[in-house]
Amino acid sequence: MTKRKNWGWYALFTAPLVIIFSVVVIIPFLIGIYYSFFDWDGIAANPMVFVGLENFAKLFDDERFLNSAWLTIKFTVLAVISVNIVGLGFALLVTSNLRTANTARTMVFMPYLIGGLMLGYIWQFVFSDVFTLIGEITGLDSIFLNWLLDPNYSLYALVVVFTWQMAGYIMIIYIAGIQAIPGELLEASKIDGANNWQKLRKIIFPLLMPSFTISLFLTLSSAFKIYDTNLSLTGGGPANSTEMFAMNIYNEIFGYSNYGLGQAKAIVFFLIVAVIALTQVYLTKKREVEM
Amino acid sequence: MRTTNKILKEVLLILVALFFLSPIYIIFVNSFKNRQELYENVLAWPENFGFQYYIGAMEKMNFLNALGNSLYITIISIILLVVLSSMTAWMLVRTNNKLSNVIFMIFIATMLIPFQTIMMPLMQLMGNIMDTLGIPMLNTREGLIFMNVGFNSSISVFLYHGFIKSVPVSLEEAATIDGASKFGVFWRIIFPILKPITVTVLIINIISIWNDYLLPSLTLTDKDLRTIPLSTFYFFGEFTIQWNMAMAGLLLTMIPIVIFFILAQKHIIKGIGDGAVK
Repeated sequence: MTKRKNWGWYALFTAPLVIIFSVVVIIPFLIGIYYSFFDWDGIAANPMVFVGLENFAKLFDDERFLNSAWLTIKFTVLAVISVNIVGLGFALLVTSNLRTANTARTMVFMPYLIGGLMLGYIWQFVFSDVFTLIGEITGLDSIFLNWLLDPNYSLYALVVVFTWQMAGYIMIIYIAGIQAIPGELLEASKIDGANNWQKLRKIIFPLLMPSFTISLFLTLSSAFKIYDTNLSLTGGGPANSTEMFAMNIYNEIFGYSNYGLGQAKAIVFFLIVAVIALTQVYLTKKREVEM
Repeated sequence: MRTTNKILKEVLLILVALFFLSPIYIIFVNSFKNRQELYENVLAWPENFGFQYYIGAMEKMNFLNALGNSLYITIISIILLVVLSSMTAWMLVRTNNKLSNVIFMIFIATMLIPFQTIMMPLMQLMGNIMDTLGIPMLNTREGLIFMNVGFNSSISVFLYHGFIKSVPVSLEEAATIDGASKFGVFWRIIFPILKPITVTVLIINIISIWNDYLLPSLTLTDKDLRTIPLSTFYFFGEFTIQWNMAMAGLLLTMIPIVIFFILAQKHIIKGIGDGAVK
């Protein structure tokens, strides 16, 4: 009797969310795998032709897709480095007993709250009007030009905007890590005559490993999946020089109505994200030191 | 010597932070300028502060309507998320059996699935549910709320799960002996204890749901249902950009976020830190 009653409670507490979650995430994911073996244009009345693994084979001849994959990798590497350097730099600055530290922390964190779509629009103007103005004033118009119109610069523009968005968020994570380092360790290093650089390299960095794990995971996965900012800043242009993975998938499905092919790309996208994330966590976890 | 050094550091830090926020300054000053002024110098302070571009942007974006939609969708979504994911996580932790472990593992594993992987089949499925069962999943705010709850449940359950594991069972046992139902025990005793993590769950979900563009863009087709990011997107796509009005529009969209930040700054910074470290 009580056993049955307990099951009743169990279902009452867990079933609503499990059902919603299954309908929104699990079932579509499974259907998605199924779709990726078919050739279909998304119109219900039109036939779905089973093509097996052909969609996946096609991806390797899809120049634009391969280019997009390469751009995404390039962007992710640059973005991860840039966000973590800026974020960690700010974290070290605002944890150094300065009176203005809190104000600075608040200011740097602010952009993270503004959605990725808005950020792209803000920076569109910065690149098109402010950069060109700085170029005119300083005469450095080989650097300060509208980056969004030049395929050689456009990817870096996206890195700049992404860094601006994420640095404050990553800074918060590093701050938490730095504040967890025992003060006596740093004191002891001072007495032993360690300079700032040694203090950083020998004490702070090794003990920050858990924070590195989290930050790298977050920046890697969000950089790899970037879409909103990509859409509003460049729309993938100029000349597809900034069409990231997520946008390429979106365009394949909803732009060109290649539902099967686009879905195959989406599955590959998932596999890459999963492999990157799991590998990265495994590697950095190994390097964490025991306190 | 030491003090000048310190003052120098203080000034430097604020300058760096100010430089970091300069894009916001640029948006602000140019939202008051006419075309002539804009053309002359984008970095200069405006000659007069008139709100005509704000009024224009408000009308063009149907801003108040979009604000209402965003508030409604976000608030209902986060209430449902907090209620459902806290209850689910508590039951999963307290009923330690195979099923609970499997459910929890699935919640965690799906965090790796990017939205792009599910977006098309999700839209197909929602369309089918509409056609066969007659439940309006697409092009309704409630359908979007349903999907928001589904997408954000993983992270929410994960955060609650981690927190509840550190809550001692003894409190609940005493109440159960006194004859309280599971429902009573959870809402009267456990839920108040979960307050710190509830704040984190709220913050993380508010930021992601409020700013979400792609999911609403796929589900909401009616003009009247547009959220703030959606109306911003159409506002920018509508005409060759009149920058002064565009800036005013962008600033309008930032106002609710800034208010939210000022009201809950401590919680936000702490919540983000806790959420990431867990």
